[in-house]
Amino acid sequence: MPETPILELRALDAYYQDFQALFAVSLRIERGSIVSIVGANGAGKSTLLKSVAGLLPSRDDAILLNGQPIGAEPAFRIAARGIALVPEGRKLFPSLTVEENLLIGAQAGRSGPWTLKRIYDLFPVLGERRDAPATSLSGGQQQMAAIGRALMSNPELLLCDEISLGLAPIVVREIYARLPAICADGLSVVIVEQDVVQAMRSAQHIYCLQEGRVTLSGAAGALTRDQITAAYFGV
Amino acid sequence: MEWLNTIVQGVLLGGLYAMFAAGLSLIFGIMRLVNIAHGDLIVLAAYVALLVTETLGINPLLSLVIVIPVMALIGYVLQRTILNPTLGDDLLPPLLVTFGLSIIIQNGLLELFTADSRKLNAGPIEIASLQITQGLSIGLLPLLQFVAALAVIGGLQLLFYHTAIGRAFRATSDDHSTAQLMGLDNRHVFGLAMALSLAVVAIAGVLLAVRTNFDPSIGPARLIFGFEAVIIGGLGSMWGTLAGGIILGVAQAIGAQLDPGWNLLAGHLVFLFILAVRPQGLFPKVQ
Repeated sequence: MPETPILELRALDAYYQDFQALFAVSLRIERGSIVSIVGANGAGKSTLLKSVAGLLPSRDDAILLNGQPIGAEPAFRIAARGIALVPEGRKLFPSLTVEENLLIGAQAGRSGPWTLKRIYDLFPVLGERRDAPATSLSGGQQQMAAIGRALMSNPELLLCDEISLGLAPIVVREIYARLPAICADGLSVVIVEQDVVQAMRSAQHIYCLQEGRVTLSGAAGALTRDQITAAYFGV
Repeated sequence: MEWLNTIVQGVLLGGLYAMFAAGLSLIFGIMRLVNIAHGDLIVLAAYVALLVTETLGINPLLSLVIVIPVMALIGYVLQRTILNPTLGDDLLPPLLVTFGLSIIIQNGLLELFTADSRKLNAGPIEIASLQITQGLSIGLLPLLQFVAALAVIGGLQLLFYHTAIGRAFRATSDDHSTAQLMGLDNRHVFGLAMALSLAVVAIAGVLLAVRTNFDPSIGPARLIFGFEAVIIGGLGSMWGTLAGGIILGVAQAIGAQLDPGWNLLAGHLVFLFILAVRPQGLFPKVQ
């Protein structure tokens, strides 16, 4: 019998009022793995993460965490269960300092390996700017703070939405270089990216979304660029 | 010396207005709810204190030990049961519901306590005063009110910037939906914010009732004073709210000194003037 995946989606639909954004999306995230979800703008990648994090309502048994249905639970309870989202656009709290942003991440009260000190070891620049307003950081530093804030909740599953958005390639590489350290304790990670190359380089498994449907999935090494391009653009 | 006296009395009165305003600005800041019933809740707190002092025979200032938790509990329950469901993208539903609440509180108090004017009697402290110089003396009670206002505002400022719950308030105020991702239940955070607001209302209500006569109909005017202090001060900081209250109090005192009929008018004129030349208030939120 196979091990229960940390996250499983079973025919997940998602709607914005009358508009349907996801159509029966099913996928499995194995414990301790890094999975990339790629797709063009509007393919439903962010919608998928928002549904998992509880910001969009779902059918209860469409989302299973460790085999438990959590689709109908509100976001704050899902956070307490151990799913942390690094939202698209970073969404740091502008009235809070860098350190307060990190501390609020620990609000859910889960214990685990991540502490302020460890975040500052991972991203030393955050320690140097700990008392600065969050909005005074550069884009890359803000992204580090948003990742740090999510890690502070000591999640089992980390969802990262468009980490590279609006950042210089060198900064993106710097952030992705920290990924092994982030996953060292067996954290499972879902990375949503438009950048297919980056996705193929960092993940073990890839799902392609197109217009709200999974069009391709497979181990990162087993998929060719042509297959992904076809699934990505639907040509 | 007469003018100095007027200004000092105005400043002390301003402390009370700042307390009216603090609860109002806290609620608006955290959940964008304009609480039209705020003034009536101040009056409700005064009546709760009246009940407590008459039943237990204690000094109204001591009754705060009971009135503050009672009002805080009312605030939490009110928020969770009635106000939370009205919050959303539209500002109108909470406005209408709190307007209705205002009418219900006024008429409920009228039914229970009649329209008779009441006052809380704090004993000898009411007439005690400190002689500063010839012609300038400060009443002990107004001074106590001002010190209470400083303590309330300073306490709120500490709470906001140096505690976990304050951090949660500011994060929720910044971005409701991202705050939920941090494990914060908005409904509970809003409930706590309303509890805190009504705890401040309890202090303001008791101090008001010791200072002047009250009856069920005086709430809306307290609401206006609170609004004016918030808008003069700006939404940037609680100290701005204190400044707003003081400016309003001094304006009213000077108006009354010029002509007893100009008391309220002078306050409203200063408010309108500041609204016209500096609509963001004196200490706006920096961002």
